[in-house]
Order: sequence, then structure tokens, then C-alpha cells
Amino acid sequence: MREITYAEAAVEAIQEEMEKDSSIFYMGEDVGRFGGVYGTTKGLWERFGDERVRDAPLSEAAIIGYALGAAMTGMRPMAEIMFADLLCLAMDQIVNQVAKIRYMSGGRIKVPLVIRVPLGGLRRAAAQHSQHLESWFVHVPGLKIVAPSSPYDVKGLLKTVIREDNPVISFEHILLYKTKGEVPEEEYTLPIGKAEVKREGRDVTVVTYSLMVHRCLSAAEKLYEEGIDAEVIDLRSLSPIDIETVINSVKKTNKVATVHQACLRGGLGAEIGTSIVEAAFDYLDSPIKRIGGLNVPVPFSPPLEDFVVPTEERIAREIKEILQ
Amino acid sequence: MLKLEKGKLLEMHEKMVKIRKFEMKVEQLHLQGILPGLKHLYIGEEAVAVGVISNLRKDDYIASTHRGHGHLIAKGGDIKKMMAELYGKKTGYCKGKGGSMHISDINLGILGANGIVGANIPIAGGAALSAKLGGTDQVAVSFFGDGGANEGIFHEGINLASVWKLPVIFICENNLYAISTHQPMVTAIPNIGDRASSYGIPSFIVNGMDVMAVYEAANKAVIRARDGKGPTLIECKTYRFKGHYVGEGTRELTYRSRKELEEWEKRCPIKRFQSKLIDENILTQSLVKQINYQIDSEIEEAVKFAEQSPYPEPQEALDDLFF
Repeated sequence: MREITYAEAAVEAIQEEMEKDSSIFYMGEDVGRFGGVYGTTKGLWERFGDERVRDAPLSEAAIIGYALGAAMTGMRPMAEIMFADLLCLAMDQIVNQVAKIRYMSGGRIKVPLVIRVPLGGLRRAAAQHSQHLESWFVHVPGLKIVAPSSPYDVKGLLKTVIREDNPVISFEHILLYKTKGEVPEEEYTLPIGKAEVKREGRDVTVVTYSLMVHRCLSAAEKLYEEGIDAEVIDLRSLSPIDIETVINSVKKTNKVATVHQACLRGGLGAEIGTSIVEAAFDYLDSPIKRIGGLNVPVPFSPPLEDFVVPTEERIAREIKEILQ
Repeated sequence: MLKLEKGKLLEMHEKMVKIRKFEMKVEQLHLQGILPGLKHLYIGEEAVAVGVISNLRKDDYIASTHRGHGHLIAKGGDIKKMMAELYGKKTGYCKGKGGSMHISDINLGILGANGIVGANIPIAGGAALSAKLGGTDQVAVSFFGDGGANEGIFHEGINLASVWKLPVIFICENNLYAISTHQPMVTAIPNIGDRASSYGIPSFIVNGMDVMAVYEAANKAVIRARDGKGPTLIECKTYRFKGHYVGEGTRELTYRSRKELEEWEKRCPIKRFQSKLIDENILTQSLVKQINYQIDSEIEEAVKFAEQSPYPEPQEALDDLFF
């Protein structure tokens, strides 16, 4: 099968959907002739022009608010916010408006809106360009959230969320954009809210998403050499979370670790861990291990940043702790 | 004075009276402890909603504020469903999920009242973007106050509308007070309309107690928007005759004097319009009485409808989150 990059797969999904549906348009900062700072929209402007691929001013709240107003009145906008950190500048529109409009209207107003958000540390971009803020949005009813980890997933999920009649945020790790993977030429979609078992194993369940999927898979290979067979689950969607797939795995392995790049405190690991305790307490042979970013802003200097983000070594080491 | 047809003028008058009487009923029901929650009354500002919205078609959009009842009625909102929503009943516009600050009717182009000050500015802009992309000549109107004009989104929202030449009209209902803060305490220049020059768009600063002055300014803005020439900012100098919210009571006298209130009450937009219409032989005292009677009974019907409607079942709280 052909291999393309994550960024190319994402653009392909958008392009295919825009060709089929003229109500889809895209707006954001530097998404036009520049093609997106990370190539998030490369080639779309050349194909669809100024009207449908719109360069917006540095006005994150207006980008989301305009996209919302358009979504409420018959269009299917995609709005890009260049970094998750910049979501802070659009919080009212996302949390108080986008997430609430349908509910507050008694279900009478539809909001088919996709918010694409590149994010992620390990780029030496320091504290204001590296944050993983996904758990904030998981906490807000009215939003669906995906975090694809591979070219195949980003294409399949983006196609689904573009067709979805509800607001969805797609968190896309910037370090994934250049990664390559198999993507079929033919049409396919992936459902929201369905996790994937990326590696089957008997000894411990590792629940993760986004870039950390790859670190967990590497850690699992290391552990396998040491006789530990880890099952790695990529959540793919963060809201809703496919807790059923997680529980089924835990019932088999009886041990579980959660791994995310976001700060540990108040992170999704806590939510997932608690859900497991509620549903499968009797199956657990050891305490749940939460692995995550350390509770400090993301520092700049490489040795500092590498210390706060979970590494393969740390993931493997901490998983071993619950197996002893 | 008035170039409009008699029927149109009478309709505008009737809408103003309907807003006033609806709000007076809401105040009464709230103070009696019948209506739950927060209510922000539009009494005193009727000329703004009616003057602007009388220029719009059914398929045009409005994005309203926390003080939104007047805009909804002016756009043709059903007062039965509005009242039922204020009661928290299942038959309300939002099935009881929205309340006073969130009523919407997408079929009438009402994108919703909004509890966050200034937040509707980009939403109206987005509706205007829809119209532009869809190739229609619809327009969108955003209402906000002197308070909303000090939110950052005012700048982001109007700048973008101007850059993209969108068919949107920004109506600043300057009633001089953001809850208790008097405009000169918190706003660097006296006329919010003057800010339009920063965005390269035209503006009008009008007497918001004069429905025809508002109408004429909005008329020019709507024509300009439909012609694809872009947005306009209109500042309407107005005043709320009641406190920021129902239940404020005498606290309003901590920030404004009774004398000031009485001065503005003399400029009542409804009395002003009525006497003009009477002078022009369009309205008579007996017709005013007849209209009052008719609207009173419509409002009584709305109250009755709301009272007789059921509450939603508690578990309905879980519905309507996603499509």
C-alpha cells in the first residue's frame, strides 16, 4: 500500500470532502497560500481559492465565532487554531458558545463545525507553544474530541468529523505531521469514539493516545524483550472515550497504565483510571499507574523538556513498577 | 416626516408597545416569585430593536444579547413560546433548556440571545459569511451594548467583517451603563460609533429614543450590506428605564440619580412615536387604546399558555446535546 505523511493524509481528507460538499470551507491563520505552518492545508488554497480557504487575522476568538455563526446558518466550516495554547484566546467562543448552542436551543440549532488544533511539546517551543490542554475540553459537555495518531487514522477520522453535525475538536500532534504510514487510495472513514488495540498483550494494558502511542509501542517492544507482554490501546477519540475496549483489555491483563504527554494532574489518566476502577475494580491485581507530563510548564532547554515528557525509558520503567 | 407606509408605521408602533408590555409583565411575574432565574428588561430601548429590525426580512439574521426579549419580539418571535421558556416549560422555545438569556428561533433568523456580553458579534459575522458564501443577499445584525463594546471580541469581530466586506450591521445600544459602571468611567471616548473609522467602515450615531432615526440609519446600513459593500456600525444612544436586572430594586440609585432617570423617561420612545403618529393623523387615541387592549390580551394568553404547559421531565436534561 502507498505510504503518505500524516499531514498529506489530513489534507487529502479535507480535499475529498470539500470537493463533494460546497458548504465546507476552511479558515485559520496562515492556512491559505502558506499552506499552514505545518502543512495542515498544503495545496487546498491552490485548489479551492480565497473564498473557501480563508486566511484569517490573528483573532482566535473571531475565527471560532465566525465559524460558529456560519455553522449555525447552513455552512460546514473548519476552523484551525495554530496551537492548542492559542485556544486560550478563543475559550469563550468554544466553551460558552460552540459547545452550548445546540443544547441551549433545545436541540433546534445544528452546529457542524470542526476545530483543528495542532499541538504538542518536544519541539523545544517552551511553555506557550507546547501545551496539551485536551482534558479541559473533555470536561465540557457538547464537544466531541479526536486525537489521531497515524496517517490512516487522521484521514479516516477527519472525513468522519467533517460529515458530523456536531462540533468536534481534532487535536493533532505537530511531531506526527511528517510521520509516514499506509493510507489506502480508496474511500474509508473511521468512527468517533472507537479505540484501537495497537498491540495485543497479556500482562498489562497501556492506554494512550496521540504521539505517546508511538512511545508506548516502543516501550512495549523493550518490555517484551524483558518478558513483559503489554497491550497498547490507542484511544483515538477522547470524547467520547471508548471505555469498553479499555475495560475488556483490563479484564484480560488485570493491570493498567495510562500514558499522556499532558500534565499528570487533572489529566485524562485520572478520568480513565477512575472509570476502570468503577467498572472493573475486581479485575485489578495492582494499583493503576498514571504516567504523564510532570506538573510544570513545558521548559525550553532540551534536557529539561526531555525530563518532563514521558520517554520510552520512563514509560517502560513505570510500567514495570506495577508488575513487580 | 415619514416616508414609510402607514401600515408599516403602525406595525412598528405595535411592536414597540408589545415589547414594553411583555417586559412589564415579565417584571411583574418575576417580582411575584413566579418566574425563576435572571431577567434583563428592554424597557426604554424599544426604538432600537424596532427601528433596526423593521428593515430586515424574515430570512435575515439577528444575534441578540442578555437583554434580548425586545429583539426577539421585533423579529417576529412568538411570545407564547418566549413566555413558556421564561417559565422553564417544555413548550418554550428551547424546551426549558435556555431561559431568558438563550432564546433562539433559527426559522426566524434569530441566532439567539446570549449570556456572554459581546460574544454574539462574531456569530453574526459568521452568519453574514454564510450569506456571502451562499451568494444570497441576506444580512446579519449583531446587537450589543456600551459594555459589549469594551470586550476584545468587538475589535476582532468588526475588523474581520470589514476585511471580508461582510453583510453585517453592528448595533451598539449604548444605554450608558454596564450594570453600574457609567460609560465615561470605562470608555475612553464618548462615541462608540467613532471607533468605526479604526475599521474603515461607516458609522451613524443616532438618537436611540427616536425609532425613525434608528430606522433611517439602519436602512442605509442594510442597503449597503445587501449591495455587498460591507458592514456598518450604528451607535444608538438610549437608556434602560429599569435596573440592569429585575430585582435590582433601589440599588440602581447607587449609580444613577432619580433625576437622571426622570429626564430620560421624558424621552420615552413609545410616547414620542405615538405623538408623532397622532400628529400625522396615522394614529388616534382610540386606536392606541384598542392596540393596548389587544396586546394585553395577547400577553395574557401567552401567560396562560405558559402556566398551563408542563415542565420538562427531569431526565430530558440529558437530551439535545448532540445531533
